[in-house]
Amino acid sequence: MHILLISALLKGPAVTPAPDPGAETVDELAKALGERARRKLGRSLAIREVDAGSCNGCELEIHALNNPVYDAERFGLKFVASPRHADVLLVTGPVTWNMREALERTYTAVPDPKWVVAAGDCAGSCGVFAGSYACVGPVSSVIPVDLHIPGCPPQPIELLKGLIGLMDAASR
Amino acid sequence: MKDYSEADAIAGGIALSAATAGRTACTDGYIRIEAGEALWTGLCKGCAAGWQDLSALWFDKGRMHMALWDSKARRGAIVSITAEGGAYPSAGLYHPPAMRLERAMRDLYGTEPQGLPDTRAWLDHGVWPSKPLKTQKGYRFLLVEGEGLHQIPVGPVHAGIIEPGHFRFTANGETVARLEERLGYVHKGVESLCAGATLERAGKVAARISGDSTVAYSFAFARAVEAALGWEVPERAVLLRGIMAELERLSHHVSDVGAICNDASVVAIHARCALIREDILRTAGACFGHRMMMDRIVPGGTACDPGDDSAGAIRALLDRLEPSFAQVVHAYDQSPSLQNRVQGTGDVCPEYAQQFAAGGYIGRASGRPFDARRALAYPPYGSVEFEVPGRMTGDVDARVWIRIEEVTQSVRIIRQLLDRLQPGRVMAPQPSFGPGEGAALVEAFRGDLFLAVRLGGEGKVAHLHARDASWFQWPLLENAIKDNIVADFPLCNKSFNCSYSGHDI
Repeated sequence: MHILLISALLKGPAVTPAPDPGAETVDELAKALGERARRKLGRSLAIREVDAGSCNGCELEIHALNNPVYDAERFGLKFVASPRHADVLLVTGPVTWNMREALERTYTAVPDPKWVVAAGDCAGSCGVFAGSYACVGPVSSVIPVDLHIPGCPPQPIELLKGLIGLMDAASR
Repeated sequence: MKDYSEADAIAGGIALSAATAGRTACTDGYIRIEAGEALWTGLCKGCAAGWQDLSALWFDKGRMHMALWDSKARRGAIVSITAEGGAYPSAGLYHPPAMRLERAMRDLYGTEPQGLPDTRAWLDHGVWPSKPLKTQKGYRFLLVEGEGLHQIPVGPVHAGIIEPGHFRFTANGETVARLEERLGYVHKGVESLCAGATLERAGKVAARISGDSTVAYSFAFARAVEAALGWEVPERAVLLRGIMAELERLSHHVSDVGAICNDASVVAIHARCALIREDILRTAGACFGHRMMMDRIVPGGTACDPGDDSAGAIRALLDRLEPSFAQVVHAYDQSPSLQNRVQGTGDVCPEYAQQFAAGGYIGRASGRPFDARRALAYPPYGSVEFEVPGRMTGDVDARVWIRIEEVTQSVRIIRQLLDRLQPGRVMAPQPSFGPGEGAALVEAFRGDLFLAVRLGGEGKVAHLHARDASWFQWPLLENAIKDNIVADFPLCNKSFNCSYSGHDI
């Protein structure tokens, strides 16, 4: 174990430079976020991830946000274990009929003020699963969505841009 | 005919080798047999007796189909029986691993397996608007009775960044007396979406049956379609497919070793493994244009041709990976507190691994040596040297070691394939489309996945069926956690890393 730890120390940080969220994202979010939210949240967002029907591709890239390269926590973005602790629901997948109730109940469990980020093409438009008898529709057909991050799956850097945009808008 | 008489003597079952004697295989390597009730049930009993493995079981066009594999004779067959009005003799009645497969087909197509011991709905949760549930509402979990027992319901929404599913634990204090899984939450109607779809569209759906195995699914889809149409793939594409499949395997094996250690609170290993995974994904993105290499394998070849410097980039990746991962392995092996958590935890006994024909590191850690790359030797694996690691202990530690050893083998395979890579075409000209059938068994990182297609002509898919490795692994997790403490469930679960989406189709 000491070899691993020493080599990690000697290598220095692997972290990628902070991405610019882009004016468009921030504008979209500024509408969704008020002054009240900024006062309450500061520069910190607690995120609860919900897979509402994804193929698990999006989950893999969301996982990567926590690796030492993207290191989402340095921006105050923290993934939490319970919707009760969350400010943001990060939802993936076309919402399946079998997951609809669980998604609604998770959304209800998040205390106000709260935001929903739909991650991935499926969450935005059902992707290749559009038209299936087993899918309700995109996330916005079940709960209100504040931001959509496209991609199949969205790359970690895109996810990071979207989430930092959400925080910037909250801090304006 | 020796097996046939053995079969008669022991259980009245029929061995696949006897049933297929003298028959030749189709282009996909599978012998096709039409069965009556006696042969069908006889072969199911033969599965129960351990003479052949059940690879898949599905419904298509008024018939039930069963893919079987005889590992001694290295022979595969697809056995079909007419299901008049959906009725046919249940395979699960004789061979329990078939039960969930039969429950799923019953939900999707209204088949009636005669004698099926468990008639609860499986994928159907009673909420599909277009398919009202024919069976009972609600779900009856199996009864567990005894003094001091309590239930812990977990999910479908879990605490981590993972897929949804419900686990019903019955525990006695800290110790798990029974775990029952309730899956199907991410059922997306894959088979219905593919019915009548163009090859291109069906291929995209197939690539998203389980995102973590996207390369393997595209590989299987391409191979099944190519078998149906007699489509020859250029050498360069064959090698690129192998490289992509092994990069996918590497990315998951490395990151899952880290994730298992993370579940035992050894964060340093997790961080290092996540870095290696990111390196693999970035290299894959640079060479193949997509970090997870999604939609890169297509029928007829590959959809991309990496540039001249790609081989060098991948070699450089492997040169970085090996010493870095060696430190991980050393740290894993030399940490007493970690070893204490993983050894003797989540045992899968060899008998169950064999009965369920559990693939991947789950089977290989419990004495079942099957690896589709070796057993079927599909291109390019027939022409590369690699070893299939095996263990007998069947605990979390054994599954981790299988993955560690497979990392070494994948690196070895990629190097061999890179050495043979020559410039050339990556797509073969499209043959004339006509009706046909094809099946493929491909080794994904978590185990063998089976995919069968029936083409209806004009380049349309009439039916697609995919059976993820998870179908035969999820049931073993229920058994593996038994008599372990609840707190060790994440560790056991991660060491399995079954797919929810791949299972729920």
